[in-house]
Amino acid sequence: MNRLSAVKCLVIIAEFVLQQRLLEDLSEAGARGWTLTAAQGQGPRGRRISEIEGGNVRIEVLGSSEVIDRIWVILEERYFPNYAVAAWSHDVNVARRDRYVDDSNSEA
Amino acid sequence: MTWDVISGSLLSIPVLMFLLGLIAARIKADLRLPDAVYQATTMYLLLAIGLKGGVALRNSELSSALAPIVMALALGVLIPILAFVTLRFMTRLGPVDRGAMAAHYGSTSLVTFTAAIVFLETLSVSYEGFTVTLLAILEVPGILVGLLLASRATKAGTRLGSAFAEVITSKSIVLLAGGLVIGWLAGDEGYIRVAPFFDTLFTGVLALFLLEMGVLAGRRLGEVRSAGPGLIVFAIVFPVVAGAIGVAGGVVAGLSPGGSMILGVLTASASYIAAPAAVRLALPTANPGITITTSLGVTFPFNLIIGIPLYWWMAQFLSGVWI
Repeated sequence: MNRLSAVKCLVIIAEFVLQQRLLEDLSEAGARGWTLTAAQGQGPRGRRISEIEGGNVRIEVLGSSEVIDRIWVILEERYFPNYAVAAWSHDVNVARRDRYVDDSNSEA
Repeated sequence: MTWDVISGSLLSIPVLMFLLGLIAARIKADLRLPDAVYQATTMYLLLAIGLKGGVALRNSELSSALAPIVMALALGVLIPILAFVTLRFMTRLGPVDRGAMAAHYGSTSLVTFTAAIVFLETLSVSYEGFTVTLLAILEVPGILVGLLLASRATKAGTRLGSAFAEVITSKSIVLLAGGLVIGWLAGDEGYIRVAPFFDTLFTGVLALFLLEMGVLAGRRLGEVRSAGPGLIVFAIVFPVVAGAIGVAGGVVAGLSPGGSMILGVLTASASYIAAPAAVRLALPTANPGITITTSLGVTFPFNLIIGIPLYWWMAQFLSGVWI
């Protein structure tokens, strides 16, 4: 018996100043939670201001593919053009699917 | 301006620490503080300055603070406009980048302010306690005016309202204002209990912080050349002009020579903590490389080493002329 079910995992790495806005946008898109850690790295943009304000943040979100798609649209509209942001998604298997996906409400 | 004053400033331990950080960055020795320690020293400095200012505010006549506060507000609007217009003639920057620069140069630098206070205390020069209030007041309008100029020029709708909220609720403003209120409530008796931590250790923590700033500025030095001659000249000449305006404004508003010098330092310095974050969010198309490189790589070292003694000399000179 397979007790695991498939959901999407989205990983976003962004400059530190964006943290607050990103988290607000995530819950607007219907994410039920997230995990945030500090991250270091280098990307093609290179220059940014966050050297002083504390590097990058790495945000991981688990959710249904609808929610992850909504977040993806927001990233494309508001973040990718001007900010140092990297993001990717992959399939993961979780126990207790209802922790991450609200199946009762198709809107969420 | 006697040689003693200059060498006293140049050879003070905080300034020498800054130079050490600068050199270390150039020879690629990694002297950066761990991030948590860096954040903690920022919080310590903001709180210590706020507390000290609050205690001093309680001991001073509030009526004498009114004219300087009005003057600081006026300068907070004037300086970024001046920077915006000056950059138009000195550089090829577009309106968005000029607005971003105006926000940085209109706002103030906590560490430059702190170094100026240590400088005055070393010379045993007194200054008004409410100058910390001026620091908190001047931090905000410069950023907003800069953002406004940029958005007006592009007709693009920047989220000014949320930018304002973000500046007002930023860590530096909340800690500074919170420290002011706590210091005011506690008064001298309350302050004495924390003085060993917030007063005796203060210059040492500042020295540690400046080591870090030296490393950050040193890393930017390599990029300074790519900013172009116009920007480099601006980053040195504009602080002197803005500093002179600030000192004169302080004298006219009735501040002591020490207080006028501090107002000059506030108008001369460029922000590299509050302004960059606000500008990054409100003006995403502005190039952060330009603003941070000039404010941190050129203007900050200039003010720390040459500017502070220079503004002190101006304050003494102008106070003598007007009085």
